[in-house]
Amino acid sequence: MRRLSRWRSAASLPPGLDLCGESGLLDVTSGEASAEAAKPLPEPAVSDMPLLRIEGVAKSFGNFRAVDKLSLDIRAGEFFALLGPSGCGKTTLLRMLAGFETPDEGRILLGGNDIAQVLPHERPVNMMFQNYALFPHLSVRDNIAFGLRRAGMARKDIATRVAEMVALVKLEGLEKRKPDQLSGGQRQRVALARSLARRPQVLLLDEPLAALDKKLRESTQGELMELQRRLGTTFIIVTHDQEEAMTMAGRIGVMDAGRLVQVATPRNLYEAPASRWIAEFVGDINLFNGQVAARENGRLTVSTAEAGTLSVSELWPPVTKEVVSVAIRPEKVKLSRRAPASDEGGSHAINRLEGVVSDVNYLGGVTSYRVKLETGAVVRASMANTARLDVDAYLAGQRVVAWFTADDCLVLEQ
Amino acid sequence: MSARRIFARPARLAAIAPYLWMVLFFLVPFGFVLKISLSQTAIAQPPYTPVFDFTEGRAALAAFAQLSFDNFKLLISDNLYILSYLRSLVVAVTSTLILLLIGYPIAYGMARLPQRWQAVAMMLVIVPFWTSFLIRIYAWINILQHDGLLNQILLALHIVSAPVVWLSTDSAMYLGIVYSYLPFMILPLYATLSKMDASLLEAAGDLGASPLQAFWLVTFPLSLPGVGAGALLCFIPIVGEFVIPDLLAGSNSLMIGQTLWLEFFTNKDWPVASAAAVALLLLLVPPLVLYDRLQRRQLEAGG
Amino acid sequence: MAHTVTRLTRFNMTSLALGLAFLYLPIVILVIYSFNASRLVTVWGGWSLRWYREFFNDRAMLDAAWMSLSVGAVSATLATLLGTLAAVGLARGERFRGRALFSGMLYSPLVMPEVISGLSLLLLFVALNAERGFWTVTIAHTTLTMCFVTVVVQSRLTVLDRSLEEAAMDLGCDPVRAFLLVTLPLIVPAIVAGWMLAFTLSLDDVVIASFTTGPGSATLPIRIYSEVRLGVKPEINAICTLVIALIAVIIVVASFASKLSSARGESAAPL
Repeated sequence: MRRLSRWRSAASLPPGLDLCGESGLLDVTSGEASAEAAKPLPEPAVSDMPLLRIEGVAKSFGNFRAVDKLSLDIRAGEFFALLGPSGCGKTTLLRMLAGFETPDEGRILLGGNDIAQVLPHERPVNMMFQNYALFPHLSVRDNIAFGLRRAGMARKDIATRVAEMVALVKLEGLEKRKPDQLSGGQRQRVALARSLARRPQVLLLDEPLAALDKKLRESTQGELMELQRRLGTTFIIVTHDQEEAMTMAGRIGVMDAGRLVQVATPRNLYEAPASRWIAEFVGDINLFNGQVAARENGRLTVSTAEAGTLSVSELWPPVTKEVVSVAIRPEKVKLSRRAPASDEGGSHAINRLEGVVSDVNYLGGVTSYRVKLETGAVVRASMANTARLDVDAYLAGQRVVAWFTADDCLVLEQ
Repeated sequence: MSARRIFARPARLAAIAPYLWMVLFFLVPFGFVLKISLSQTAIAQPPYTPVFDFTEGRAALAAFAQLSFDNFKLLISDNLYILSYLRSLVVAVTSTLILLLIGYPIAYGMARLPQRWQAVAMMLVIVPFWTSFLIRIYAWINILQHDGLLNQILLALHIVSAPVVWLSTDSAMYLGIVYSYLPFMILPLYATLSKMDASLLEAAGDLGASPLQAFWLVTFPLSLPGVGAGALLCFIPIVGEFVIPDLLAGSNSLMIGQTLWLEFFTNKDWPVASAAAVALLLLLVPPLVLYDRLQRRQLEAGG
Repeated sequence: MAHTVTRLTRFNMTSLALGLAFLYLPIVILVIYSFNASRLVTVWGGWSLRWYREFFNDRAMLDAAWMSLSVGAVSATLATLLGTLAAVGLARGERFRGRALFSGMLYSPLVMPEVISGLSLLLLFVALNAERGFWTVTIAHTTLTMCFVTVVVQSRLTVLDRSLEEAAMDLGCDPVRAFLLVTLPLIVPAIVAGWMLAFTLSLDDVVIASFTTGPGSATLPIRIYSEVRLGVKPEINAICTLVIALIAVIIVVASFASKLSSARGESAAPL
């Protein structure tokens, strides 16, 4: 807090820049003292005081409410992903953090100071643009040095910092090239280096990997995570690609229609989605609508029209409504020729659904099946292809039992 | 506030100087034209009364009483003016149609060229636009004059037995106008035609349209914005054209631009010249408004 | 079958070739005749530079040429400055009061008949009691040509990726510095093209210059025009060829400038 206000008072310097280049980033990688640690530490923050606090932020464009009274806390050093379908407001939220849009209401607190009205060039936050927005008339070196020059950093320090950044993103030897002489992957690295050069408190990444092809995207995901761990900078990434979000982020905020519908770790998001919408948005899922018939010992009995009576373990907080959906991920549905014994799978309650295999899709690592039940409903199941030869495979037309345990199901309000 | 709005403030400040410039040197002068078109001719310097007085608002008001519509009455009553108006319209409409007929196939041919040749063709069409148009008209006089190249060739080929009079005819004027304005017609046409997706024509062909049908049912309707832009870009200035008819057409019938020039420079009748200008401007207001809208849409949509 | 629809047909080729021949042949003939030794246009008297010598000995013509070049240079520079500012206002100013009037004032001179622009400016200069000559012509040409500069620069600005400016702000530039450090270098080719367009337009104008100039300060086009009214003179051929050569140089520079920008991976500036 004190640091931010000090930066503000030094009018010539944009806030949030650690411009003392003497201890390089490469030191950071050695694991101990960061560059900041050499300087007087900020007042010890209240332990659960987040670095970034978004409070009731709203933004409309005309009649369209892009972001709707959204609140969110992000801790220092977090890798946070904003995930959602296009038009959900995630990019608008990111642009408000960068200062390109100003919220209609609400506050954005960075280290305790409201920056909602602060202009973009006065924020200790940097952004990596979706199309990279590299300056086409400047070389790689000048692109990376651009923000440092604006901050009035000494020429010698700029050279040192640029060299560090170039090494960090492995662009040695390309410093004199212009952006159009670089490959897509190299441009992405320049954009990353440029946005990190000022050592922002928060780095915002707008679909940073969208322009790369699939292979490159996967290796770059790993590099981004590695980089974030080494630097300890808070990363906020916007993406519509759930796999990307799940791979990289420590926590994911799912947005829909301008609201945050769930903030959770990737695992919780997938295994304990807060709503039907999220369950369907993140990954694949089977859903059966029904009514709660009985509740006992943390176990619900739900009678459904499509899949008969299902037994489900109750989650916390318990479902209060009577009309619910039972949800089960395809990979948790097992197939067998005969019904398993009731204690198979480590649970006493097993749901068994008899049907006929209607579709088999071999996808390499897994095979996905569609099993048609007698009620006409379809259950999707996916099974890992653990053996090279297809001894386990089922054929279309074959009668099978699809089964899953009560613990593997979720019950969601409709 | 958004990033765009952060930029908007200094950008608007930047516009102040050109704004004032245009108000002073484009808008205000029209006021003078209007004012003087309502004044009386006088043998004096400047040759009109009452003279505008900036300093005396009240005097200007008093002068207003002396204003007269005589000049406009003259315009309506005198055949010379009415005929020159009509001639301007006829010439502009005819030229625009000829330009469209010639320009469309050229633009169409350009748009069908392989991509890298399109840039070359575009350049070739633009270059004459850069070259002095006075010189290009003069070049035609070289060719069209009594013992010019055209007559020499025609005589040599025994197509004609005696030199034909080309200069000082309407044909020569139309030739000059078409020649000068062709790039203005081709460029907007090419812009719309080249943006058209070739697969549209393939789809039309696939659905059973002959190439000619595909052209009339798909290409032409989609190119109408370009046709409109090109037509306006030619029609408006041609109506007021002076140099081309003056150099190439005969002197027995004048276009309104020539009449205005004549009143101004030869007869020194500034009020009547101004009245002619006002009348010409009124005639051009609807196409100008249309043109302004087109231009704005094109420039502000990022085309 | 379908591909024949989009193929370049013989008709397309022919119309294109004829169109270009129509545009260029008269100029080629003019240039050739400027080297004709004979005074008579009918007779080819062999190659000669006679008419060029004549021009360089023609005091009045040289004065007019000098007047035109200086008016062109000064008005093109002023027009580039004002036109670029206007383009920035229109392309980055979003909505503001008087915007429609502003764009209307800037777009309509592009098609406004020159007799109207010339007459109205003259009446202004008379009312202001301004001495007519170099400066009045320069102001008139600036007013006309800045509109062309505006259109050229504005169309470049509207296609320029706005995230570049945002990136500049994100990296610590205020809007003005973002413009100067990022936007301006990227629109330089359009600005150069705009200057050259303004210069050639000024070098071309007869009508507006006739209205706004004073006695004794005729521009080259005015001189050419009055000579041409009296008939073809070989000396005019030579002068015209020189002007064409000058414009050719300008076009080469302008296209080089726009190639430079397309070599940077952007769309070339429209000429």
